[in-house]
Amino acid sequence: MTKKSPTASPYEFGINSFGDIAVKDDGALMNYAESLRLVIDEAVLADKLGIDAIGLGEHHRFEYSISSPDVVLAGIATRTKNIKLASAVTVLSSDDPVRVFERFSTIDALSNGRAQVILGRGSFTESFPLYGYELRDYDQLFEEKIDLFSKLLDEKPVTWSGELRASLTNADVFPKTESGHLATFVGVGGSPQSIVRAAAYGFPVMLAIIGGSPERFTPYAELYKRAANELGKPIYPLGMHSPGYIADTDEKAIEEAFPYFKTAMDRIGSTRGWSPMTREHFMSEVERGSMYVGSPETVAQKIVKAMKAIGVQRFDLVYGFGPVPATSRRRTIELFATKVIPRVRELLEEHKKS
Amino acid sequence: MTPAVQTIGILGAGKLGTTLAQLARKAGYEVYISGSGDPQKIALTIEVLVPGARAASSAEAARNADIVILALPLSKFRDLPVTQLSGKLVIDAMNYWWEVDGDRNDFITEGLPSSSAVQAFLHDSRVVKALNHMSYHDLYDEPKPRGAEGRKAIAIAGDNDSDTQTVATFVDSLGFDPLIIGTLHEGRKLEAGTNVFGADVPRAELTRLVAAQSE
Repeated sequence: MTKKSPTASPYEFGINSFGDIAVKDDGALMNYAESLRLVIDEAVLADKLGIDAIGLGEHHRFEYSISSPDVVLAGIATRTKNIKLASAVTVLSSDDPVRVFERFSTIDALSNGRAQVILGRGSFTESFPLYGYELRDYDQLFEEKIDLFSKLLDEKPVTWSGELRASLTNADVFPKTESGHLATFVGVGGSPQSIVRAAAYGFPVMLAIIGGSPERFTPYAELYKRAANELGKPIYPLGMHSPGYIADTDEKAIEEAFPYFKTAMDRIGSTRGWSPMTREHFMSEVERGSMYVGSPETVAQKIVKAMKAIGVQRFDLVYGFGPVPATSRRRTIELFATKVIPRVRELLEEHKKS
Repeated sequence: MTPAVQTIGILGAGKLGTTLAQLARKAGYEVYISGSGDPQKIALTIEVLVPGARAASSAEAARNADIVILALPLSKFRDLPVTQLSGKLVIDAMNYWWEVDGDRNDFITEGLPSSSAVQAFLHDSRVVKALNHMSYHDLYDEPKPRGAEGRKAIAIAGDNDSDTQTVATFVDSLGFDPLIIGTLHEGRKLEAGTNVFGADVPRAELTRLVAAQSE
């Protein structure tokens, strides 16, 4: 975690993208290259507007343009000043810990210390057959690789052995970071064992909450603290990310967002075998669940409610979920930065005082 | 009348297993829950997430339970404690999920409903398919008292009327309307890839969705 001056707000707000193929103003789909350049422009905008972080997902599916978040983050690094540059997440199981460290310590250099690695098992596993990994090794791959990665973070020569990756003897890995520490988190999608594992390695946790009531995760915060305590590890503030869409009014946001969210959810659902998303399901997610869709005030209230319920200090909004027009993506980012974040901070401060 | 169900054993301590354990505790059952290995590994998780439930080995959870719920990855079903599950009423809440399980043909004969494969393996258990089609976060959010407006339904498939009835009573006690749809083989209508899979709807709508899957 980056050190903060005592006067700085304890809260952080970011935006996340999976690099969804976006739509042009004339309604035509962008191609992959255009979608990637759009994300860079959006990151530049977010940086100008003072958003704290941008996180990019890693996916290997036709509807997403970002399979190499670190390369995109490197592009963003040289065009921005303050925004933190995160993966959301790096699918460590099918990647190599040494290379992940090398790539993110490089981003850290290009960005003057703004890189953040968020390690995860990934809720998608398309990368396994692509890179020649076996799904049956899903758990062991992550266990071994997070173990090696945690050692690499000391930035000293590493000796390590495992079963699924070549052993290392006194191996030194470069470039070293200037701060001596590469900010690293673990992204958790709801598996309690992942919480315990993150605590055991002393990593802060980002919760990926993409459906259902955020209150369901409240005991996870307690589990993280208890596990860290029992194992004598540091307790860091928790973060979360959830999808959203912001427009000037609730009605406009809901009407516009539904087809985009439905397209995105149904595409994922079709490979997993679940039934198409209904309007009722969407509305229940908007009203009680984890889709932050509405006017700035509605979204701000919903974010505050979730942050208070779980006790998180960082909230990242997954924007542009589904085939969303570039102007609407931009509008969500602008409203998030200029209206939602200040309002959330204000409400959280009130809450703290009362 | 069979004796009242008091103790639930849940095999699997992931998202689904811990959610079902929470619901069972809220409904007043005694709950044993097991992970993939040493109970000590999940002890803290269970203590925090499901107060009052006991972390156990899968054999112990199976042995003590009136109803056992399978909530582990489907591809691991051959690791189940067959002996301890012998004679038991077993709810199969598992689904084929290729992202975790890999190729279905590696562990289930092509064309066979997954619960039928589980029943064939647990040859001395009474397997009923239920609690598989609703996502774990909807299971967590949706329980409502009997008769409440908009109460959601859970489909149940099994070969023995008294067993499906017992499961129906259990499902009702968790906060859902039970809907018995037919034999275990017909449980294929609830599998991934059907319009029932993912359904979080009241009984009338679930009945319609199941009927639309027919033959």
